[in-house]
Amino acid sequence: MVNTNINMVPTTFDITAIREQFPILKTTIHGKPIVYLDNAASTQKPLRVMEATTKYYSEQYANIHRGVHTLSQIGTELYENTRLHAQQFLHARSEKEIIFTKGTTHGINLIAYSYAYQYLKSGDEIILSEMEHHSNIVPWQILQARHGFDIKVIPLQDNGTIEIEDFASLLTEKTKLVSISYISNALGTVNPIREIIQLAHENGTHVLVDAAQAVHHIPIDVQALDVDFLVCSGHKMYGPTGTGILYGKESLLEALPPFEGGGDMIKQVSFKKTTFNDLPFKFEAGTPNIAGIVALDEAFKFLDAVGFEQLVQHDQEILSYATEKLLSIDGMRIIGTAPEKVGVVSFLLGNLHPYDVGVILDNLGIAIRTGHHCTQPIMDRFGIPGTCRASFGIYTTKEEIDSLYNGLLRAKKMLS
Amino acid sequence: METIDKIQQDIIEDFSMYEDWADKYEYIIEMGKTLAPLEEKYKTEDYRIHGCQSQVWLHADFDGKNIHFHADSDAFITKGLIALLVKVLSGHAPKAIIDIDLYFLSEIGLKEHLSPTRANGLASMVKQMKTYALAYQTKQVS
Ligand SMILES: Cc1ncc(COP(=O)(O)O)c(C=O)c1O
Repeated sequence: MVNTNINMVPTTFDITAIREQFPILKTTIHGKPIVYLDNAASTQKPLRVMEATTKYYSEQYANIHRGVHTLSQIGTELYENTRLHAQQFLHARSEKEIIFTKGTTHGINLIAYSYAYQYLKSGDEIILSEMEHHSNIVPWQILQARHGFDIKVIPLQDNGTIEIEDFASLLTEKTKLVSISYISNALGTVNPIREIIQLAHENGTHVLVDAAQAVHHIPIDVQALDVDFLVCSGHKMYGPTGTGILYGKESLLEALPPFEGGGDMIKQVSFKKTTFNDLPFKFEAGTPNIAGIVALDEAFKFLDAVGFEQLVQHDQEILSYATEKLLSIDGMRIIGTAPEKVGVVSFLLGNLHPYDVGVILDNLGIAIRTGHHCTQPIMDRFGIPGTCRASFGIYTTKEEIDSLYNGLLRAKKMLS
Repeated sequence: METIDKIQQDIIEDFSMYEDWADKYEYIIEMGKTLAPLEEKYKTEDYRIHGCQSQVWLHADFDGKNIHFHADSDAFITKGLIALLVKVLSGHAPKAIIDIDLYFLSEIGLKEHLSPTRANGLASMVKQMKTYALAYQTKQVS
């Protein structure tokens, strides 16, 4: 994918030092050292994220934004500081374009509801892909029932990619919006987002990108991409659960109605007429996950400190090592063999049920995910009930891949 | 027919020979292989037990006195788990099945698997078997 030239990267990457920052990697599961390979579901948290949470609750906590007292002001500053960091991280033009959410799902629902309310009506079309997470399918179906627009689907190829021509052929003058993942959580496929956005814009179509699997794998520049909306989750990028970011172009966010009503998102409330707050607050109703957002800043700092060059290089190195190692097992079938992939390997071992494989591995201390990964249409496309999925993080070692390999051999033996 | 209690005791005794988790799982997997084949017509949505990551189908016959369970699964471990339950509960009267305390599950270290949040669906299987028993008991009385 982005850059796989291993020689270019400085050798400052010290995985031992990285692992030291993740206390959970020292725990044992069923008496065995944990091998955590479920990072696409959620990543573990570095100490600095936990320390920031504890510090915030033990020394700095109060509700934010409306307080004149010192703690409230400190909290507000910390919270808004994360927004500035998020703005830099995504290269947004203004901090007004950064909305805090509970996560990707919340971000998609926010845009979907506001956008559909404002723009979508019967006869309109939106485009999704066959590889979308249920979070990027179901909200649209719920709204489709209400607003009557059509949903078109970019089909998946056998290797788990989509063809840009297929996408282009779905664009019509009725296409209002494309909502698509940057990277597939079930297959690891990196989609040609730049081309998709370009083609969509030429057609006068808006684009929402689900970057849940991308923000910690690919440096994202929303201005260079010219993306209209982009969403991600804090918990998949080494940050706290219940945090997320929605980026939206200021002019577009200005034009959308609020999704939720409540405190913080208003200017004036009366029973005659209520006016809404300015961006970004218009979309942040109610007391947010303050501690989470405060600690999310530490996740950005962690990613900044490691740097994308190393994140990408490590991920690609583990991915190719794992792919090769797993393929050496008789009967191994990898689902998702796109030329551009991140550290996610979905597989089936002979005709063994993923559930059985997952249980045996768990008893060996190895955490993988089994099932449909919230992407049932992908499973239907390949005619399989589910897969085993190993997904890697910045702390994943080759030794852990060896453990997975040995665990799979063991599972195979026990189950045949 | 042995009492449900006796069958539970026998399984506990079998398991007590195993120290290692792998031996226990191998026993469970072997158990699944002893399960009589389930007729294809029962491998449908109507007979499917939900709450398992794998598919499990359960059918129950009633001979007027006792209930006979027939089951299958597409995963070995799940099949072993349902086979254990079939071994313990099949061939008994509805009332015995309704009243049973399946203490063997905790004795053999499967207690945590009974939690409804577990992906294996053991709790759903037990519930479904008891539901059959209740249904047949009602039929018997009426
Ligand atoms: C591609 C993708 N989209 C959406 C989601 C949903 O994210 P969350 O559960 O954090 O809202 C996920 C998480 O698995 C994902 O991988």
